[in-house]
Amino acid sequence: MRSLTEEETKIVFEKLANYIGRNISFLIDNPTNPHVFRLQKDRVYYVSEQIAKYATSVSRQQLMSLGTCFGKFTKTGKFRLHITALPYLAQYAKFKVWIKQNGEMPFLYGNHVLKAHVGRMSDDIPEHAGVIVYSMSEVPLGFGVSAKSTNEARNLQPTQIVAFRQGDIGEYLREEDTLFT
Amino acid sequence: MGRRAKNKQGVPPTLDEFQATKDKKQSKRKLGSEPAAAEPEKKRANTTKNGKTDKKVETKPAKKSKPAKKVQEDEFEEPEDLPDVDYEELSSAKKALFDDSDDNDDDEEEENDEFDVEGEEFFDSDEEGRERPMFSDDEDDEEIENLNAANMEALSRKLDEEAELEAEEAEQELLEMQTNQPRAKVLPSAEEEELMEQGPQDVTSVRTRMIEIVKVLENFKELAEEGTSRNDYMSRLLKDICEYFGYSEFLADKLFNLFSPSEAMEFFEANEIARPITIRTNTLKTRRRDLAQTLVNRGVNLQPIGNWTKVGLQIFDSQVPIGATPEYLAGHYILQAASSFLPVIALDPQENERILDMAAAPGGKTTYISAMMKNTGCVFANDANKARTKSLIANIHRLGCKNTIVCNYDAREFPKVIGGFDRILLDAPCSGTGVIAKDESVKVSRTEKDFIQIPHLQKQLLLSAIDSVDANSATGGIIVYSTCSIAVDENEAVVDYALRKRPNVKLVETGLVIGKEGFTSYRGKHFNPKISLTRRYYPHTYNVDGFYVAKFKKIAPSPHDVSKAGAKEKESLARAEAEEEGIIHGDFAEFDDDADKELLDQAMKRGLRKKGINPNTVKK
Repeated sequence: MRSLTEEETKIVFEKLANYIGRNISFLIDNPTNPHVFRLQKDRVYYVSEQIAKYATSVSRQQLMSLGTCFGKFTKTGKFRLHITALPYLAQYAKFKVWIKQNGEMPFLYGNHVLKAHVGRMSDDIPEHAGVIVYSMSEVPLGFGVSAKSTNEARNLQPTQIVAFRQGDIGEYLREEDTLFT
Repeated sequence: MGRRAKNKQGVPPTLDEFQATKDKKQSKRKLGSEPAAAEPEKKRANTTKNGKTDKKVETKPAKKSKPAKKVQEDEFEEPEDLPDVDYEELSSAKKALFDDSDDNDDDEEEENDEFDVEGEEFFDSDEEGRERPMFSDDEDDEEIENLNAANMEALSRKLDEEAELEAEEAEQELLEMQTNQPRAKVLPSAEEEELMEQGPQDVTSVRTRMIEIVKVLENFKELAEEGTSRNDYMSRLLKDICEYFGYSEFLADKLFNLFSPSEAMEFFEANEIARPITIRTNTLKTRRRDLAQTLVNRGVNLQPIGNWTKVGLQIFDSQVPIGATPEYLAGHYILQAASSFLPVIALDPQENERILDMAAAPGGKTTYISAMMKNTGCVFANDANKARTKSLIANIHRLGCKNTIVCNYDAREFPKVIGGFDRILLDAPCSGTGVIAKDESVKVSRTEKDFIQIPHLQKQLLLSAIDSVDANSATGGIIVYSTCSIAVDENEAVVDYALRKRPNVKLVETGLVIGKEGFTSYRGKHFNPKISLTRRYYPHTYNVDGFYVAKFKKIAPSPHDVSKAGAKEKESLARAEAEEEGIIHGDFAEFDDDADKELLDQAMKRGLRKKGINPNTVKK
């Protein structure tokens, strides 16, 4: 376990900025309960400083996880966000899409968000921006990338895609074997 | 002597009352019609007699006359409005005869019916008939008519004596009846047993036999067949249990010995039924009422588990898979057995503490701890099995626990890895005899060896846990030991061992409202009396999995805390110690034949001397 290098931090923050924009500062500046990013076996964890200190007593082979896993670095050096980061993403989300109840299950099965399922969406979403997907009862379901800006999306056919899925909470079941170590 | 007490005469009516009844009678007599005096009476006597005989099929014919006579008494005395003593006595006498309250009630009812049918005149005619001394009993009545304050005592004594005599007779008859009644033959004969060995048996017959044997064992003195011992019944019952429920003989014996026969049957039956599905609300993300509402809207039929938990819900049936609803995926609840709530409730985690869960996977308890701490402090979730940490991590993330560290150590490595915890939960790996309903394979897979090896590991784990706790913790210093087994070897014996090895811990109240006390002695082994503070759970009593919870408080640091021994050193240390003490291979001493011989000789001599024989003159 180690803290991120400058380059790694840049990659991670670039990715995060897609979804939470400037709110990223809330993640790093928390004077009452300072949090840090830690890298352990390719995975990036976001954890309170106190817990990170405790975790130093656990050896590298035996440390399986700490705090919240944000995602992992691929072999090619890209950073991929995991669904486990959703609580933080949802908390600081910039652009939001709410989907109706009839769209919940299709989305949780790994499908993209269709126009017909969208109940509501933020007004100022540009094209290809990170969006967080919520159910109508404000339960975060996943995140994705907008296919069209809000204005364009208004004129879409019901069967056309509004947001491309990047992660959804259905992965806890579907990807259990690969998602966690 | 209880019956004797019942026969005691009640408080006699006052003189005024007596006067009043007499007056009433006299006025009645005046109204009465002259004819039809003896005839209906006889008829009635006959009918009741018949009624009696019909009901008393099993009793011997010789007895018929007696109850009939009593019935007559009953009838004649009734209209007389005697002091209520007689009724009681009679009924008690009758009870003694039939010993079956139902029968008794029927009789009385029927008699009453007859009175109703025949109408009131007969009362009067009875009175007429009484004028002539027809029955011996009437003497009494005559006397009562002449009753006054002077002879009242003598009279009542006489009545008392009579009643007593009757009761005695009745008792005697009852005894006769019992001794003469052949006792039901429950056990199969030797030939039958041979037959049974050959092939599969009829399950229903096995079942009825089991029930009968249990009935016999409950009341062995009276129901057992002549010439059979308790052991015969026990061994047959155990064989039947193995046959019917599919246990290995060893395990059936082990489990059977924990309970009385009837309770054991309940236990085995309960193991055939699955426990209800229960879920725990994740208080980090939602509230139980909201969750229940959303699930009900999805077509789930549910209800709170009980008043001992505020987060549990019991699922009766559901139109959607409970493990794949959007709420489940969003981490609003986790599927968790009701019994796994218990150790965490006992642990009672406080905010901002550092807590270790030594065997955490799949994370139900860890996430519960985290939720109770409201994501503050730090939870170390350890599991020795790397594959199982996957589901542990998944659950931790799904439920949004941010204060956890997941590690993959042999838990015996603690406190070498890190010590000084405020609280430790040790839900030890166990044989799983409490969760047979969940995992049938336990029935056959567990052998004697398991019940040596598993407790051995558990003892080491518990000592490690004790050593890893900070005795000076301001809020905690608590260790909770739990297993999903009900075997004494894995529970009380382990706790007792820890108490002996670590005098710096004590058992404290678990703080659980349900549960039975742990055994303080079991089959000749005596444990620390404080073990009654621990709690046992059985599937047949609380409808949760079989479970055991013990809560320790560390009161002083132990010298072992400084030990930097890892799992391997601890294992070898424990082995050496075990060889020295023989704890692991049973707590019994070896047989020393030479020493025994001496003792036997002494006892024999003593016995002879008691009989008045000089032991020195007797040749060996």
